[in-house]
Amino acid sequence: MHELSIALGIVRIAENEMAKVNAKEVELIELEIGALAGIEFDSLDFVWPLAVKDTVLENATKKINIIKAKGKCLDCDVVFDIDYLYDACPKCKSNLKGIVQGKELRVKALEVI
Amino acid sequence: MCGTCGCGSEENGVRILSPLENKGHQYQVHDHHHDHEDGHTHDHDHHHHHKTVLEVEQDILQHNEVMAARNRGYFEAKNIFALNLVSSPGSGKTALLERTLQDLKKEISFYVIEGDQQTLNDANRIAAIEIPVMQINTGKGCHLESDMVYEAVKKLDLEDNSVLMIENVGNLVCPSMFNLGESKRVVIISTTEGVDKPIKYPDMFHSSDVCIINKIDLLPYLDIDIEELKENALKINPNLEFFEISATKGKGLEAWYKWLKENSK
Repeated sequence: MHELSIALGIVRIAENEMAKVNAKEVELIELEIGALAGIEFDSLDFVWPLAVKDTVLENATKKINIIKAKGKCLDCDVVFDIDYLYDACPKCKSNLKGIVQGKELRVKALEVI
Repeated sequence: MCGTCGCGSEENGVRILSPLENKGHQYQVHDHHHDHEDGHTHDHDHHHHHKTVLEVEQDILQHNEVMAARNRGYFEAKNIFALNLVSSPGSGKTALLERTLQDLKKEISFYVIEGDQQTLNDANRIAAIEIPVMQINTGKGCHLESDMVYEAVKKLDLEDNSVLMIENVGNLVCPSMFNLGESKRVVIISTTEGVDKPIKYPDMFHSSDVCIINKIDLLPYLDIDIEELKENALKINPNLEFFEISATKGKGLEAWYKWLKENSK
């Protein structure tokens, strides 16, 4: 259940940003989370109300942009979609790959008043 | 709520304990940053709804990564080889540690950090071998984070050129995301766990450098094909290095010890 740590990390970032601009309330928080980032979205939704209670995010809408995972084969340079970390290169079947995208775990933007 | 472990009260908070201090000197890893900047900015947005979009673009795990980098810098400066031992509960992390420490303590200066939700049991096992050890109790937390390790390291007061073994909370999921500043990550799997464990819990195998297969003394009684287990792990991470051992019977340990000695120089 590391999603709670993640949610609290999001709250920490939001509070720091809010302090910088003297804003009162966050209306919308936009997150970018990769499909292979290791986040269970149901778990994040479950812990969210608990994590944001009495914080600047208490009334904020949470918007998550899920980033599809892509890998690049280190043997033949083909870039391909990944559903699972064990997916092999569709062209040469090699398992040697770099993750190009899909591990993101970012607070992208805050809409504040 | 505690920003590290998610606890709601002190009762379940993170505690860093030494088995030598009976009453358990407690340290609460609670970060409470209150930045109050009084800088007056005079940006006036003239939208009627007074909405502002802040482009934050910040990694959520950044705090943990920064603290991990601080640990890593400390380890490198003192030439400390730090291992993060991860596995499911019951795969034999503590047994492997006990055996390794006993066999090599005359050659290598060891320190240990034990991570468990509750109890000093593991730290007591290590202290019995006369190795300096700190126990981190994470309370409800399911993994160690780099600031907990930092506090434990401060208390251990490590010598230069030593080896630090960090035994993470037994959990094959959550600890994979939290870098502790370790030099290498070692995942331990036992022969009773099934050949498909690496593909069922891929993140841990993807982020590890070494895979130790423990309890090989049980192979005659089990239907597990170790080669298939390795193939599955290599699909996730083709760079994994394997050691097949039995911590309790002392089988296969020479190769692991050789690796440990070579890497800790």
